[in-house]
Amino acid sequence: MKHLLSIADLGRDGIEEIHRLTASFLEVNRRPIPKVPALRGRTVCSLFFEDSTRTRLSFETAAKRLSADTLSFAVGSSSVNKGESVRDTVETVEAMGVDAFVVRHRSAGVPWQVARWTDAHVINAGDGWHEHPTQALLDTYTALERLGSLDGRRITIVGDVKHSRVARSNVLAFAALGAEVTLVAPPTLLPPSLVGWPVTVGDDLDAELSKSDIVYLLRLQRERMNEALLPSLREYTAGYGLTARRAGLLGPEAIIMHPGPMNRGVEIAAEVAELPSAVVVDQVRNGVAVRMAVLFLMLGSGSDLVASEPNHVEISPPPLGAFHAHIRGERQPKGEVDAEGVLGG
Amino acid sequence: MAERERRLTPPYGGVFVARKRVMSADDLRRAVWRMAHEIVERNQGLGDVALIGLQTGGVPLAEHLAEALEKIEGIDVPVGSLDVAFYRDDIGLRPVLPEAVTDIPFDVDNRVIVLVDDVLFTGRTIRAALNALNDYGRPRAVQLAVMVDRGHRELPIRPDYVGKNLPTRRDEVVNVTSDGVDLGEMVK
Repeated sequence: MKHLLSIADLGRDGIEEIHRLTASFLEVNRRPIPKVPALRGRTVCSLFFEDSTRTRLSFETAAKRLSADTLSFAVGSSSVNKGESVRDTVETVEAMGVDAFVVRHRSAGVPWQVARWTDAHVINAGDGWHEHPTQALLDTYTALERLGSLDGRRITIVGDVKHSRVARSNVLAFAALGAEVTLVAPPTLLPPSLVGWPVTVGDDLDAELSKSDIVYLLRLQRERMNEALLPSLREYTAGYGLTARRAGLLGPEAIIMHPGPMNRGVEIAAEVAELPSAVVVDQVRNGVAVRMAVLFLMLGSGSDLVASEPNHVEISPPPLGAFHAHIRGERQPKGEVDAEGVLGG
Repeated sequence: MAERERRLTPPYGGVFVARKRVMSADDLRRAVWRMAHEIVERNQGLGDVALIGLQTGGVPLAEHLAEALEKIEGIDVPVGSLDVAFYRDDIGLRPVLPEAVTDIPFDVDNRVIVLVDDVLFTGRTIRAALNALNDYGRPRAVQLAVMVDRGHRELPIRPDYVGKNLPTRRDEVVNVTSDGVDLGEMVK
């Protein structure tokens, strides 16, 4: 695996391969000394052009537990403030000898650009509203841990889908693993077009909850209030928040997920977050192991040494907002499609 | 383990073709029985003894040894399994992926750990296993049991219990299954 930019690059097999490795690293993390020498001498640089606590710490913990060296870059204290471009920053850091970049940027497509500028491996740790593949990998792992299989399971993703890279990556990952994905959101917080998305849209959260195996709550970014997309926080909570009453509608096996950081009392009630069916802490714990798996697969497993696998993975063009076209292309059947879009031959 | 290494070593892939059967299923059973007796004798009982099989070939062998030990002494010896992929010294030189999740369901501190593998070859797998074991605690002693010692050591490592000493050429492959032990080659 040269880069991890989009969940769409992995497919079901790739996701399952990473999950298999994740189980091995969870065992490493349970040991008295949770560290293995697998990536000794490798250097991982986190290049975060946008604020983040948990993702950056999770990646750095993962790299350190594999004995890799870590460099950290936060835009606030860097030469970007002196006007250095992303490209110059990448090339400067790469010249210091970096094997992998973990990139987060507020614009979609930046990790694809970085991958063109460097010979190092690139991991997308969140680009704009577009994708956050390691989040989807840890979310699907956590759901599988509780539910056994995702085939035919129903997941309801609730909240600000429009501005959520977590939602986009999770739609792809859960659908790839056979789950049925439903979106429930205020119309102003749904993407303008859902053409090509493997989802259905529900309008009544109560009705969806009773048939869901997983309810996935997205964080409500409070700055959306200023954009007049929502009348008030209280109205959002009344329509789309997981209150104690709504949590009672879930089946006994159903789980509650949230990518964090949680706005308790807004998208999730404080007491609901403490229920045994809320797996938020498991998600964080699994996040370290998933990122270890991704880093090991890229830098340590030597999977690129196997002759049957290509040494160089073709980089798909930067999506820059054309997300639905991106996944439509990915999911398009191989046969001929006639004018009505019906699969022939 | 030896077989897997060979399978994944350049020039990648191939199929094992047996040329000569060197141990039958009965030979294997007798060797396990003898090695179990040696473990009991050497340790004057099974007080602190635990077995750890190396993924993947050592795991069934460790289970067979544990069954034999139970019949001999009437004691259930704890059995674990260890995958050394993350400790190998050839990371970056050849494909390395764990075969299975390591499972050591007991405390290794102050125990006598018997590492179990099917084939002892260069000794690098055992070196990796010793390092891995270090991360779980500090055993009182570590011993090594292998079904086949085929020579060609690259590190100062020797087995304590051996099923069969088998002189081999370096390019040959030893394949241990429950049916017996075969000597042969990987053929493209």
